[in-house]
Amino acid sequence: MSDQKPFIDIRHAQKSFGTLEVLKDISLQVDRGQIVAIIGPSGSGKSTLLRAINDLDPLTGGEVWLEDKQINKTLPHRQYEKHINEVRQEIGMVFQHFNLFPHLKVRENVTLAPKMLKGLSDDDANALAEEQLTKVGMIERIDYYPSQLSGGQKQRVAIARALAMKPKVMLFDEATSALDPELVEEVNLVMKKLAEEHMTMIIVTHEMSFAESVCDRVLFMDQGVVVEEGPPEVIFRNPKSERTQHFLRNHLAAAG
Amino acid sequence: MQRVFPFFLEAAWVTILLSLLTAILGLVCAILGTFARLSRFWALRMLGATYVSIFRGTPALIQLFILYFGGPQIGIQLDAFEAGVIGLGVNVGAYMTETMRGAIISVDKGQAEAARTLGMSRWQAMRSVILPQAMRLMIRPLGVNLNTLVKSTALVAAISVVELTYTAQRYIGSTYKPFEMFLIAGVLYMIIIYIVGLGVAWADRKAQLH
Ligand SMILES: Nc1ncnc2c1ncn2[C@@H]1O[C@H](COP(=O)(O)OP(=O)(O)O)[C@@H](O)[C@H]1O
Ligand SMILES: [Mg+2]
Repeated sequence: MSDQKPFIDIRHAQKSFGTLEVLKDISLQVDRGQIVAIIGPSGSGKSTLLRAINDLDPLTGGEVWLEDKQINKTLPHRQYEKHINEVRQEIGMVFQHFNLFPHLKVRENVTLAPKMLKGLSDDDANALAEEQLTKVGMIERIDYYPSQLSGGQKQRVAIARALAMKPKVMLFDEATSALDPELVEEVNLVMKKLAEEHMTMIIVTHEMSFAESVCDRVLFMDQGVVVEEGPPEVIFRNPKSERTQHFLRNHLAAAG
Repeated sequence: MQRVFPFFLEAAWVTILLSLLTAILGLVCAILGTFARLSRFWALRMLGATYVSIFRGTPALIQLFILYFGGPQIGIQLDAFEAGVIGLGVNVGAYMTETMRGAIISVDKGQAEAARTLGMSRWQAMRSVILPQAMRLMIRPLGVNLNTLVKSTALVAAISVVELTYTAQRYIGSTYKPFEMFLIAGVLYMIIIYIVGLGVAWADRKAQLH
């Protein structure tokens, strides 16, 4: 089965904060099941692009489509709210700083949105939480509070929370950047598992070897433009652009 | 001395009642004020900001005088106690508005983002994610507002509500003992404030459990 249209279609995305132009005419198509990594120096607009996909940072120009639905539509307030809340249920997002709800136990972190937005019963929601927490290896901590978890554990719970909404796409914004090095692998393993299940994913990352091992495609962004994109073996082993080469060289040097 | 004591106890009761009613009215004003301050409508935000700056920007005593002495001129007839409750309640509500708003906006932005990303509406995110966290942050500063409130009930002596301060003043004439009279009033205020403090500490402990 080959889809006519791309699953996610970003067309001529443009974003300015005041006079600062952060995204300059970026287009990106992602097919169902594809895994795309976005790399690039800090401040190049990676987060802004990712956050534009669920309209968290609305674009100032261009369009974002998910299947046959335009996400960043201009609508009267009430209609827009209804529309965007529906769209966001289909797009999971994982943040650098986890953003777990600290007043709720792990279980409630996962069940809150499905209960509230999909009307799941307590039993169904609990079963769902157990399923998702088992998948990320956090079932033993189901009755803990976030403050009682390590960073890696928090991030795995955050992934389970997003998965519980059964999203069609998962967005990761430097999911492992805030973690101690020894905790990175447990989160990467969960993301690899999702990759094996053919979850569509867009992953902003600084971990080149991880990106190389799981991604179908890599985008190198700098100063609001996509400088180069292609399969990981090309971008990482044989980049054409001098800026990409320069970035990767610096990055390797910094990583030691 | 013995003779006046029952009057002081009665006056203490008036002060307690005044504080309680004022606190309730203040909380109601503060909830409305906070909604207005955080509204997505410009006009409501302006209204909230105006309320806060008027009532924090003028002496509570002047506000009471305008209400009690000036009120009848524009058709507002209140007895002294009513004027005291309304005047102080609306006044403390302005301070509490800022306390509540401060607690809400100091909840990490990432919390609202995470909630919205899951598909929650602004209100759903507020109710189940932001407010429960803001509540914990606001209990102590609201306790400070309550402490100030109990002390500022002394102002309504100036519009002749028979509460602690007024009672102390009243019995100076017959006892010739201003030192003792004000000392008794002071001690009674302190007891009331101590009890309020215990209540706030208890609520704070309850809220921070785990
Ligand atoms: N809310 C904002 N207001 C103003 N400038 C912003 C905002 N968010 C991001 N920026 C700016 O946009 C640029 C790109 O930021 P970002 O997308 O976070 O980059 P990256 O994720 O690649 O590090 C940066 O210069 C940043 O300072
Ligand atoms: Mg970023």
